[in-house]
Amino acid sequence: MIRFDYLVRKVIFAVITLAVVIVFNFLLFRILPGDPVKLLFRNPRLTRQAQEQIRVQFGLDKPIWLDTEALQSGDLEKAFDSQFTAYVRNLFQGNLGISFATRQDVGEVLGERVWRTVVLVFTGETLAIVIGVVVGLAAAWRRGTRLDTAALVLGLLTWALPTFFLGIILLILARGVLPSGGMVTPGYAAEGTVAYWLDVARHLILPTITLAVVSASGYMLIMRSSVVEVLAEDYILTAKAKGLSTAQILRDHALKNAMLPMITIIALTLGYTVGGAIQVETVFSWPGIGRLIYDSVAKQDYPVLQGAFLLLAISVILANLAADILYSVLDPRVKVN
Amino acid sequence: MLKYIRQFLHRPSGLIGTIMLAVVVIAAVFAPWIAPYNPYERVQVQASDILAPPDSAHLLGRDDAGKDVFSQLIYGARVSLLVGFTASFVSMFIGTTVGLISGFYGGKVDNFLMRIVDFLLVIPDLPLALVIIAVWGRGLWKIIFVISILGWTYTARLVRSQTLSIKERQFVLRARAIGANNLRIIVRHVLPQVIPLIIAQAVLDISASILAESSLSFLGLGDPTLVTWGNMLNFAFERAISRQAWWFLLPPGFAILWVSMALILMGSTLEEIVNPRIKSHHLFNPRRMVSLVLPVPPESTPVPAIPTAQEDS
Repeated sequence: MIRFDYLVRKVIFAVITLAVVIVFNFLLFRILPGDPVKLLFRNPRLTRQAQEQIRVQFGLDKPIWLDTEALQSGDLEKAFDSQFTAYVRNLFQGNLGISFATRQDVGEVLGERVWRTVVLVFTGETLAIVIGVVVGLAAAWRRGTRLDTAALVLGLLTWALPTFFLGIILLILARGVLPSGGMVTPGYAAEGTVAYWLDVARHLILPTITLAVVSASGYMLIMRSSVVEVLAEDYILTAKAKGLSTAQILRDHALKNAMLPMITIIALTLGYTVGGAIQVETVFSWPGIGRLIYDSVAKQDYPVLQGAFLLLAISVILANLAADILYSVLDPRVKVN
Repeated sequence: MLKYIRQFLHRPSGLIGTIMLAVVVIAAVFAPWIAPYNPYERVQVQASDILAPPDSAHLLGRDDAGKDVFSQLIYGARVSLLVGFTASFVSMFIGTTVGLISGFYGGKVDNFLMRIVDFLLVIPDLPLALVIIAVWGRGLWKIIFVISILGWTYTARLVRSQTLSIKERQFVLRARAIGANNLRIIVRHVLPQVIPLIIAQAVLDISASILAESSLSFLGLGDPTLVTWGNMLNFAFERAISRQAWWFLLPPGFAILWVSMALILMGSTLEEIVNPRIKSHHLFNPRRMVSLVLPVPPESTPVPAIPTAQEDS
């Protein structure tokens, strides 16, 4: 109840952000030199029929924003019949255009691939959070010892490591032991559901480790400094004076309070994680949205690129909104300010 | 100033980081003298030269076009440093300006600028940079532009929070009382207090920019006319991974790791010096716990670390 205003503010911000992303996406692919939509007409691979379909769908014969003449004459319906409104209408109908390269519907392509990226990001992030929290807690508790130094050095090292390069190193190291790419071994699907999923899991090991190691270093460093701050609080001294064991203090007092900033950090770094996922999917040929982006860049498949970016941006915006809501539930201090 | 440099070099992380960076800077500046071949020149190749393993004439072997990998590595340092320093300088400039204005004037201006910052923080950077470069076309200055535009938000937040606390302090109030205008107060009194923190942040930013450039290049969006570490990795990954040509795959990656490690070491050391935090905590050494408890800082607001002469003037 008391947090109602806070939530409304966050929802409004998310909606505005979404709107800006949609306008930006529209602008980027229309205004910049190169104008991909017009380039379509020079694409010899498209049939006449397909070109006509695109022309009508994108409304290329219409003005970009507004028909000012129609607006002055009072014909509102015609005035707002522009490329932008056509774009927004298409978007809300789930119509993201057709791929230049494969002529498939972009929405369908994204739909069949998105869950693979979700699986990768989810397992990678979960592992990263567990590693980051445990190591960060231990390093902060044993601050200044060899354990802390080792954790710090490793953390800085993996922080400085480009995601794709870690992937390449693991790929070389695990050659022959684990599958080097893809999601399933070709021809494996026939051997039953359990065998199929085990095969997928084997393919998931290297991408997950890569994503987890790179994200974990950030979480570890933040968790460490967060716990160090918490451990200097007076209530830790009080808990100590009450005679609680170190494990109890760390678990019930330090961890709980230090975890709060972590929620915001996890949400904020999600955009960064998505960037990492693109690199990991590229290295390991994991057939998700990231690999799709890499392939679309090479093929100059703009409709797919545009759709994929929109999907990633919307997911990250919604995840941030979810984190804000979760934060306000967990931390009673967040109120209307 | 000298005091800080001495303090910086006295810490192992500061000294190691500086030496590591110096190696890269020397390689970049003297590339034509250090590198045995010029990677921008055309070479006559035979079939046996393609991805040839290291030998005495080619320390790190050759790439898929028969060119010397070691020379490319040396020349690649130029692009990385150029991108890193330029992009982080531009984002430092934008971030500082936004942070100062936002923190000093507050109100609607602050609200508006901080919403832009929030927006940029939420949008995933790499996908955004990817689509912009993919549509706009590949080029070194376009990459630098995109990285700078996306990279200033953290600096802006940092400068804003510092400005908020500095502008309430005595010397600012005194300067105002003797008739200094806003611009003068910002430039002469607030900015000098924030600069040490900005420099620490900018050094960390250079490493982030270099990593961003190498990621874009690896994903096939690097400047095609240049020899860069990211481009090398892209070629190596596309054409040499199946042949296990480690001499082509590993060196550019370790070069990126080397330079970003150097900058992170330097940046975090600078940060520690200019922004000292709590030195100990209650669980550190249970037996000597009470004696280790440090006095709690009197103010909960962030305290700028450097007492300067302006305080008294």
